[in-house]
Amino acid sequence: MTIRTTAAALALALMGTGAFSQATGDLGLVVERADGALLVVDQSDRASIGRIEGLGDLSHASLVYSPDQRFAYVFGRDGGLTKVDILEQKVVNRVIQGGNSIGGAISDDGRFVAVSNYEPGGVKIFDADTLDLLHDIPAESKTVGLVDIPGTRFVFSLWDKGETWIVDLSEAEPEITKIEGTGTNPYDALVTGDGRTYIAGLFGEDHLTAFDLWQDNPEAQAILDGYSAGREGLPVYKMPHLEGWALAGGEFVLPAVGQHEVLWVDAKTFEQTGKTETHGQPIFAMARPDGRQVWVNFAHPLNDTIQVIDTVTKEIIHEFKPGPGVLHMEFTPRGREVWMSVRDADKIMVYDTQTFEKLREIDARSPSGIFFTARAHKLGL
Amino acid sequence: MKFCKPWPSPVNRPLVLSLVAALATGAGAAETPRDAEALKHFVHQDCGSCHGLSLKGGLGPDIRAKALEHYDPEVLREVILGGIPGTAMPPWRPLLTDPEIDWIVDYLMTGEE
Repeated sequence: MTIRTTAAALALALMGTGAFSQATGDLGLVVERADGALLVVDQSDRASIGRIEGLGDLSHASLVYSPDQRFAYVFGRDGGLTKVDILEQKVVNRVIQGGNSIGGAISDDGRFVAVSNYEPGGVKIFDADTLDLLHDIPAESKTVGLVDIPGTRFVFSLWDKGETWIVDLSEAEPEITKIEGTGTNPYDALVTGDGRTYIAGLFGEDHLTAFDLWQDNPEAQAILDGYSAGREGLPVYKMPHLEGWALAGGEFVLPAVGQHEVLWVDAKTFEQTGKTETHGQPIFAMARPDGRQVWVNFAHPLNDTIQVIDTVTKEIIHEFKPGPGVLHMEFTPRGREVWMSVRDADKIMVYDTQTFEKLREIDARSPSGIFFTARAHKLGL
Repeated sequence: MKFCKPWPSPVNRPLVLSLVAALATGAGAAETPRDAEALKHFVHQDCGSCHGLSLKGGLGPDIRAKALEHYDPEVLREVILGGIPGTAMPPWRPLLTDPEIDWIVDYLMTGEE
């Protein structure tokens, strides 16, 4: 064999893996909820570069990334847990782990994937390599707000019981710590990027609940108590979402429930520092990665609008209508751009966060969640 | 749930009414009635926020035809319009006209358009 044909054969072999010279650091996945598919996107090129199909019911799906940013674990509404390879753009494994799942998390060492279930409730822990079921943690409750924290631990809350549980997987058998007093009907929760503060949003009470996870025995602490006292609650047509991006310049910015406003809380003292009236029931209130701006979308029927709040003045500095059904936003890791799913326009729209100029529209079928691979290196995402 | 929250508070009627009116306008209830396609979209996308895109359940229960067969249509109509106090089911009255709610009840109970 000549040198030339050897080189050609080698090149072909490399290309055959589909991994030829493609880095993953600026890639992402977008959920196409109606088709059970994922769009593979390239953040730098502002382009869709492929589609992965066969993921089942992806209404309300979310996903997390492996530490090497090559694989994603997708949590679907049908209880499916699907592992996809972003480079090969294909499904590599799929198990039906429950009847109806709501989300999941990956452990800090990348070894375990935890899935939170509405039906039959509880949390299941899987081997990240094989998707073998390792631990089943029944809770007799729908579970919400599942996040990872340092020390191979996961935290989640119980919708039906108002408790928050910590699961420690650092030993062979999981050790579970149950904390009471979270409050009635926690609907979602967030953990800060340092793993210290866990905040559960409550549907059934007029406050949120915070936990200091750096304490030996974390206790439930009511924050923003009575935030809607003296005011009539408005209908909630969609539950808000909470994630670690709620931290903006030393304050948490949190969606109120049943009030058209976001609430500001000092991250150290948990004292309320302000509120900003918004266009509708906030769903996502997302701080840009630097924390200077907060972008907010809203529940049906006001879900065609975005408001941008300045963190310093807490005033709305920009409002616009990207289109019908703005379901989700994702900032590029340093916050220069924001990508937005506009479900009923079948588009992802990309905006510059400094000028608010629209930079690109990308076709997508009924898009919802947008997840950039940079999440692989962030706690709680 | 927040709409019928467990803690007492005086009701600000004018505020509520104006917000309800604003919601109704925003939803297009006062504009052109939605056609079957738009209503089907509404059921799967917006009821689906809690009940799942395929209506088989989520935070809220399964609302496929089989799961609803014990319902009297009139009762189901009232549940949708008025919500269920003490749960996450909100009142949809501000967003729906009479013909729209009739269509939705029929669609949910029969599973057909």
